[in-house]
Amino acid sequence: MNPFRYERANDAAGAVAAHGAAAAAAYLGGGTNLVDLMKLRVARPETLVDVARLAHDRIDVLPSGGVRIGAAVKNSVLAADRTIRSQYPMLSGALLSGASGQLRNLATTGGNLLQRTRCTYFADVSKPCNKRDPGSGCPARTGYHRTLGIFGISESCIATHPSDMAVALAALDAIVRVRGASGEREIPLGDFYRLPGTEPQYDTVLEPADLIVAVDLPPNGFARSSLYRKARDRASYAFALVSVAAALEIEDGRVREVRLALGGVAPKPWRATAAEAALRGKPATEASFLEAAEAELAHARPLPDNAFKIALARNMIVRALCDLAEAA
Amino acid sequence: METEITLHINGAERRLAIDTRMTLLDALRERLGLTGSKKGCDHGQCGACTVLIEGRRANACLALAVAHAGDAIVTIEGLGSAGELHPLQRAFVAFDGLQCGYCTPGQICSAAGMIEEAEAGWPSVVSEDLELPQYDLCDDEIRERMSGNLCRCAAYANIVPAIASVARRPARVSA
Repeated sequence: MNPFRYERANDAAGAVAAHGAAAAAAYLGGGTNLVDLMKLRVARPETLVDVARLAHDRIDVLPSGGVRIGAAVKNSVLAADRTIRSQYPMLSGALLSGASGQLRNLATTGGNLLQRTRCTYFADVSKPCNKRDPGSGCPARTGYHRTLGIFGISESCIATHPSDMAVALAALDAIVRVRGASGEREIPLGDFYRLPGTEPQYDTVLEPADLIVAVDLPPNGFARSSLYRKARDRASYAFALVSVAAALEIEDGRVREVRLALGGVAPKPWRATAAEAALRGKPATEASFLEAAEAELAHARPLPDNAFKIALARNMIVRALCDLAEAA
Repeated sequence: METEITLHINGAERRLAIDTRMTLLDALRERLGLTGSKKGCDHGQCGACTVLIEGRRANACLALAVAHAGDAIVTIEGLGSAGELHPLQRAFVAFDGLQCGYCTPGQICSAAGMIEEAEAGWPSVVSEDLELPQYDLCDDEIRERMSGNLCRCAAYANIVPAIASVARRPARVSA
């Protein structure tokens, strides 16, 4: 691990100022990903600004009916929150399917959004990786890639985003509230992550000193009927091969509203907009669900060892929607 | 870089000059002589280092000591003693919930935190109903909630009933 200076911030403004004033600074939340990457020498910050104790540790119902989640709220606390469990079950489900009980007790909402890919080449400094060391190359295309992306990937990078929580937030049209050098702004989750293109080193649109202070869930009529499903190599405590966050609202046998986002398949939580468009107004039947899944998966660009994700994603989407339709 | 911190370990204040890079696990083991917490993978993947921070189980290998200055920390040494074992320690002995024993302190600290979580009404991903006030710890719930603790001897067949014997005991007195 590189030597670093440690600073505990008292408030958001102080944190942003401390980060902005220091070279090669990083914010520290729970540290479950950052400290690991520092041990591996993938991350080498010279200053850590600890934001885990900032007052952003509340979950508040907003006057609009939506919910504001403080960036320092622990993953375990968010998953167990009564409002989230009853109004946004896909979000509780996503959080509970990620990591372990110990890690969820440390990990924060803001940190979860900013965790880095678990591509094995990214974590191994003895190997080239365009995300870690721009221009060095990508061994994954011709190497180990069964866990990597089928959507949104580029010649330079095929890494997947590892978060389960962010997949549910993508389906829920969450808003990320960010404090930067020039004050606070809102970034819709759909605009928060960037695709790799030729610059895979940038996971998000955040500027260096930008601090996530909260995540807002807009009010809606469908999230109560939602779920999160995850397929992985072992029954628990593993990253997704494919995951599905789905919400469904049915009126007179037809799909009134649907939300679908996929995890484990792309460099960002993958909102399945083609599938959603194909479903709105259609009969809420297995045949419609299958057609919608195929409309989305027609855009997939798999590699030899991850082509299985297409059939897996198709089956998971259909099953999730059938289960939601049956429960409605 | 050197810094001075005060850690609150098992009810006692311990003042230390440490390098900012030192993890809580290394501070416990190398500086405070509390070698009950074990270093397995050192990457948050095995759970052997599990301690309770502010009452909640956490991986001490990924926690920087400097970031947890001021937090109340309980290690296996604080849960029970040779003369007065914690109910989970007694259960692991009674059910033979170990072979080599290296993962055991982490298993027991994790189980202590896990039982509190279930009592507080926290669901798990295998809970059929997300909205119950409390969760009974059937074997599937125990396996899922303890998945962050690996046992390379595969003593799971005895670890699960050991934990169940404490988790399902009526009118349990919390430690």
